[in-house]
Amino acid sequence: MRFVDEFRDADKALALSAKISELCEPGRHYKFMEVCGGHTHTIYKHGLEDYLPDSVQLVHGPGCPVCVIPMGRVDDAIAIAEEPDVIMTSFGDMMRVPGGRGSFFDSNAAGADIRMVYSPLDALKIAQANPAKRVVFMAIGFETTAPSTAMTVLRAEAMGLENFSLFCNHVTIIPAIKAILDSPDLRLDGFVGPGHVSTVIGCRPYEFIARDHGKPLVCAGFEPLDILQSVYMLMLQLHEGRSEVENQYSRVVPWDGNPKALEVIARTMQLRPYFEWRGLGFISHSALQMRPEYARFDAERIFDVPGVRVADPKACQCGEVLKGVLKPWECKVFGTACTPETPIGTCMVSSEGACAAYYNFGRFSRERVKSATRTVDIELSPAPS
Amino acid sequence: MRGDTAESPTAPAAEQSRANWAEDAVAEHAGAEHLTREELVLERIERARRRKARVKEPRITMSHGAGGKASRTLTEAIFLDAFSNPVLEELEDAASLTVGGAQLAFSTDSFVVSPLFFPGGNIGDLAINGTVNDLAMTGARPLFLSAGFILEEGFPVEDLRRIVASMAAAAAAAGVTVVTGDTKVVQRGKGDGCYINTAGVGVLEREVSLRASGVRPGDAVLVSGPIGEHGVTILLARGELDIEADLDSDTAPLNELAAVLLDAVPGVRMMRDATRGGVATILNEIAVAAQVSVVVDESAVPMLPVVTGACELLGIDPLYVACEGRFVTVVDSEQAEAALAALRGHPLGAGAAIIGRIKDDPPGLVLLKTSFGGTRIVDLLVGDPLPRIC
Repeated sequence: MRFVDEFRDADKALALSAKISELCEPGRHYKFMEVCGGHTHTIYKHGLEDYLPDSVQLVHGPGCPVCVIPMGRVDDAIAIAEEPDVIMTSFGDMMRVPGGRGSFFDSNAAGADIRMVYSPLDALKIAQANPAKRVVFMAIGFETTAPSTAMTVLRAEAMGLENFSLFCNHVTIIPAIKAILDSPDLRLDGFVGPGHVSTVIGCRPYEFIARDHGKPLVCAGFEPLDILQSVYMLMLQLHEGRSEVENQYSRVVPWDGNPKALEVIARTMQLRPYFEWRGLGFISHSALQMRPEYARFDAERIFDVPGVRVADPKACQCGEVLKGVLKPWECKVFGTACTPETPIGTCMVSSEGACAAYYNFGRFSRERVKSATRTVDIELSPAPS
Repeated sequence: MRGDTAESPTAPAAEQSRANWAEDAVAEHAGAEHLTREELVLERIERARRRKARVKEPRITMSHGAGGKASRTLTEAIFLDAFSNPVLEELEDAASLTVGGAQLAFSTDSFVVSPLFFPGGNIGDLAINGTVNDLAMTGARPLFLSAGFILEEGFPVEDLRRIVASMAAAAAAAGVTVVTGDTKVVQRGKGDGCYINTAGVGVLEREVSLRASGVRPGDAVLVSGPIGEHGVTILLARGELDIEADLDSDTAPLNELAAVLLDAVPGVRMMRDATRGGVATILNEIAVAAQVSVVVDESAVPMLPVVTGACELLGIDPLYVACEGRFVTVVDSEQAEAALAALRGHPLGAGAAIIGRIKDDPPGLVLLKTSFGGTRIVDLLVGDPLPRIC
């Protein structure tokens, strides 16, 4: 398929893999964090680690929008959904995220009306089609999805819709990266920067990482070759003793971001003084809420939201996984009490969560798999014409 | 960073068990010590997965019908537990019975697809083909079908007529007769237009034993045609996505194609039609039933570009998308080319391909060699991306 196959070319991957190996200094180990959950998903889905030398390790970062939603917010959303005449709408990923008392799926089975949508605009359509209902959209995500939420509010305003509101859970990426950098547990050599967030905020906000913390960052695309090339660019920076912000995803990411998108976010939303991140705790100025001018679209103001903080289950080590301190399988409950079908932690829920990606795509000893796929080469029959 | 948490206020007693779900889940697995080496962790997971199936949810959720892990748990923990008998325990698409000296295959399937009419077919031909295919996959010649209808008050008779006409045509095409039936009507709002159940009987005339547990290391894995067309067609037919594509459902009776294959190749180990849960689900069933690994080459899996494109846009893995006229078969490696030639010689098998091999290690897992050149596992599906696909 055009625009996809070019970025999944095995020969190019082999060539990059060789160049990465050449840059490895003997005895040195390299640890890079891919901040974004989309990258984690790509890495596992395509088996990208097979191309990396043993001394280069990728650790998974906090950039999975579903993973960082704390349990209390899920409970709040369910409380809204269980109010009379409410239709709650949400992205599919959110449906199985457990709160303190179950997930959207459980609440739906118990009688609430919670519907999956592919876009917040679909929620608007539902609101139009059901004037007697109050339709709420569970807005989640980093700066990537915030503009579409903002546009939805502006559209609702223009349409004069009175039965539509947002439960705003948008978070911002820079404070999360700062929290990682300030964490004493982790020694990183650099970052594979979040490509889609950067389409909105650009590359400039990362400059402090290279300048003040001495860690190179390469904004990366989401195809496997993008990530491999970004790892190569990071290795090259280290090899040449540089620490810079570079843009591998220049076909999509402008250096200064998307001013129009930033403008609509700023028009409709403002920073919260603080927000709780699952596993990372409270982080100052790390999330967005509706501006007072848009209060009539703000579900937190319209509904009586409990707002109770719910402690993570004691056994859950999502925080350590989100910070990259633990590999998913090192968590005490990974794969036993916590599985994709009965998740305890959010990292096991979203397809972008490190634990789910590892459980679904990578749950095996690499050596055994390599021998299974290496020794028998499947003789391919020519494709039918 | 954690700690100093304000616990939630005391919940009412009824809520208490709901609130303790996480602790309960952890306690259930308390015996498992925490091991640090990756290999040991993987073994521990396998032990956890082999535990007796138990439905933990207090209510049925959509994932119980999705054909993935939750469906399997429901089947094992509720139905198999209650009806326990050797025939059912095989968990094949159809039961194999000996009655008065005759070898029979018996199967049933219900259809709740939404929308009822879609490009390439409707719920009617789907209901006939579904049961015909379940019978054909055991090597049987499908003979007689029943048809049960659950209709909603207000459903247009004209629509019913169209559905039944398609059923008659599909039955004629498959060489089966609908010999008994039933109709129930429920009040408006209590059903969604029309649901259909079919059951079918076929006769096993061949000396073959086709079962997933019969595959052996070295065997070749084939699919009878490009995958995912039915599922993607239904998804697009719902019109919720604003994507238009020139695509028809692959719904078709597979009894003739199956017979062609069995005639040509004595070394067929098993066949299974890749409906709900797609090819990936079948491959997992094989890996578990025979305790083998199934190694698949992603670039060898046949797929129409429009299916690849739609799945790419929607973030769906086509390996999990339902087909209604394709099957997976495993054959003796010596006869793989003969099987391929036999399949491709029939119009319904023109797009057949060898997609992988059976290996002995690691047992119970499906491994994918990605087009990109990496490897990953292909697990059973969790949750339901496409409800009511058939």
